[in-house]
Amino acid sequence: MLYSIEEFYSILPFIILSTGILISVLIEMYSSKSEKILPWFSIIIFSAAGFYSLLTVNSMSVIMQGMLQTGGIPNIFHFVFNFGAAITCLLSVDYIKKYGAFFGEYYILIQISVLGMMCMAGAKDLFMIFIGLEVMSVSFYALAGMNRKRLNANEASLKYFLLGAFATGFVVYGIALIYGAAHSTSIDVITASFPAMSGNVIFLAGVLLFLIGFSFKIAAFPFHMWVPDVYQGSATTIAGLFSTGGKAAAFSAIIASLAPLFAGSVHVFMPYLAVISVLSMLFGSIVAISQNNIKRMLAYSSIAHAGYMIIGLAAGNHAGIAGIVFYLTAYTFMNLGAFGIVSLIEGNGETNLDLNSYAGLSEKNPMLALLLSVFMFALAGLPPFAGFFGKYYVFISAVKGNITWLAIVGVISSAISVYFYIRIVVLMYFRDSQSGFTIKNSSAGMLAVIISFMLVILLGIIPGSVINLISSFLN
Amino acid sequence: MIEQYIPVFLVIAFAIVFAVLVVFSSKLLGPQRPTPEKLSTYESGMKPVGSTHERVSVKYYLVAMLFIIFDLEVIFVYPWAVKFRILYNEIGTSVFVSMLIFLIVLELGYLYVYKKGGFKWE
Amino acid sequence: MHVPIEYFLVLSAFMFITGVAGVLTRRNAIVIFMSVELMLNSANLTLVTFSSYIGNPVGQLFVFFVMTVAAAEAAVGLAIIIALFRNKQTMNVDEINILKW
Repeated sequence: MLYSIEEFYSILPFIILSTGILISVLIEMYSSKSEKILPWFSIIIFSAAGFYSLLTVNSMSVIMQGMLQTGGIPNIFHFVFNFGAAITCLLSVDYIKKYGAFFGEYYILIQISVLGMMCMAGAKDLFMIFIGLEVMSVSFYALAGMNRKRLNANEASLKYFLLGAFATGFVVYGIALIYGAAHSTSIDVITASFPAMSGNVIFLAGVLLFLIGFSFKIAAFPFHMWVPDVYQGSATTIAGLFSTGGKAAAFSAIIASLAPLFAGSVHVFMPYLAVISVLSMLFGSIVAISQNNIKRMLAYSSIAHAGYMIIGLAAGNHAGIAGIVFYLTAYTFMNLGAFGIVSLIEGNGETNLDLNSYAGLSEKNPMLALLLSVFMFALAGLPPFAGFFGKYYVFISAVKGNITWLAIVGVISSAISVYFYIRIVVLMYFRDSQSGFTIKNSSAGMLAVIISFMLVILLGIIPGSVINLISSFLN
Repeated sequence: MIEQYIPVFLVIAFAIVFAVLVVFSSKLLGPQRPTPEKLSTYESGMKPVGSTHERVSVKYYLVAMLFIIFDLEVIFVYPWAVKFRILYNEIGTSVFVSMLIFLIVLELGYLYVYKKGGFKWE
Repeated sequence: MHVPIEYFLVLSAFMFITGVAGVLTRRNAIVIFMSVELMLNSANLTLVTFSSYIGNPVGQLFVFFVMTVAAAEAAVGLAIIIALFRNKQTMNVDEINILKW
């Protein structure tokens, strides 16, 4: 037989998700109430796959003839993707009626994109990275344009599609050059032959093109131009998934494929990573200040966060990788929480998205105001919350990797970014409400926001044990 | 190295000379009595009216796109079929089962398109 | 007759650069997408070249995957472009500017 029973247990999250997709397609085909069934079905599938990954985090194995790795860091990523997607589905239950894209396919596409992300996180071969990247990206293009009657959504999905396909071209050409130089697409073989090839132009060009392609996907500075438009034009819940799941998946692919190369004694890609990191941090933080639409503001903040995470890659040590994994976990839940609250406050037809709508929110709905303040403090990186520890671990890794100047730029940029995060809190608590809209009740959406709130608090209470767990997989 | 291509060049030269000769000899030797019907564009007996930039209905593209997707998936079946006997002797029935799963997934996609009315042409 | 590997690599690099230049300079969404396809095809040529010169079939298998994925991408992309065209009657990316580019 091709597969052993141990392999079956390791691959179970993938099987759960793929079977879930097939069943969802059948439900969509044969049930007239698919829009009511599918969100809850997807949430069950995501929770099952996510919890199973978390439970088997300690059983490391390489399966499928050396194509896929499970256990350890990939499983932590699987948990993050599945949980993030479950929260997105929970938020969408009521939101999607307001937004007007009332399709069952919405949930099927989210499931397919999560399957792609999981392939990327556990990749042991460039094949898996490519397939995972494309499965994720193609479903994201369709998700961005889900509401095909709205010109905003059309435009967002066209921009996402054209620039995403452009980035894919870079990734594929990079993979082709790496294959030509290393004579294999297996990441272990490539890593093993790297010391002999650190002067090989074809190989270095391949890795650089690969990195440029992924810089698009993680939304780093020179390749960021799609981010604000796509986040503004697509549904708020989907924008939350793009900024958390999509970013985490792209980082997980870089970690799975290139982290061993960065860890080498000659870190030739450090200058490239340091430059895009500095530019992303400063550009994102400064431009976010001038934004008046909250989704655009969160988009620029997501560019800045990509910059902080790249510091960990530039540092090129185990502490940096562990810091990125922790940062991504924290960032996923705090950013999903923030986007979730935006989606709860948003009115019919994409209204109430400018910052003035948040004035006086503390009187209208004190609970939402409190939760949003917590997410804003966490995103700004203020001490008791998860965001602070994410930044802290990444900056510490930069100091360990002898690039202290990068950590200093990061701290300066965080200080700038505090301004626009705190501005929302000030608006909510110290300004009077100007427009008299009411916020529609959504118990499912509220539950999703509270779950992300609890995870943000939890990661802020026990950051040490989480980072120890992550570091133990790296050694 | 270039000598190997001399026959090819000869054929090309002959083709050009022959084509030019035939076209011009018919112009020079044949009788010419033009009428308006003879000078108009040949359209299989139809009257040539309207713009040449006719817009094609988008339904053609939808069907063409669906065809391309399902057509290209067959790429994976060819290498499998060529190596089937060797793989079967090495690994056993799971070779067959893997391809069966692939085809079932593909078939589900086809059914989905059918059910959603992707092939309807009203 | 043996064609040196450099010829293929230079040709595919040229195709790739043509594709990138097309994406950056053209203004019609369909033409931009065609340029992207040119980039993918240059990568396919590189993969097949290396595969044949190394004598290892993995590169050719990769080309299969790239081709199928490109077809799927083309289907989704053309659907997006059609949806946009129905709402806006244009394919020029300079006129698609409700959101600040």
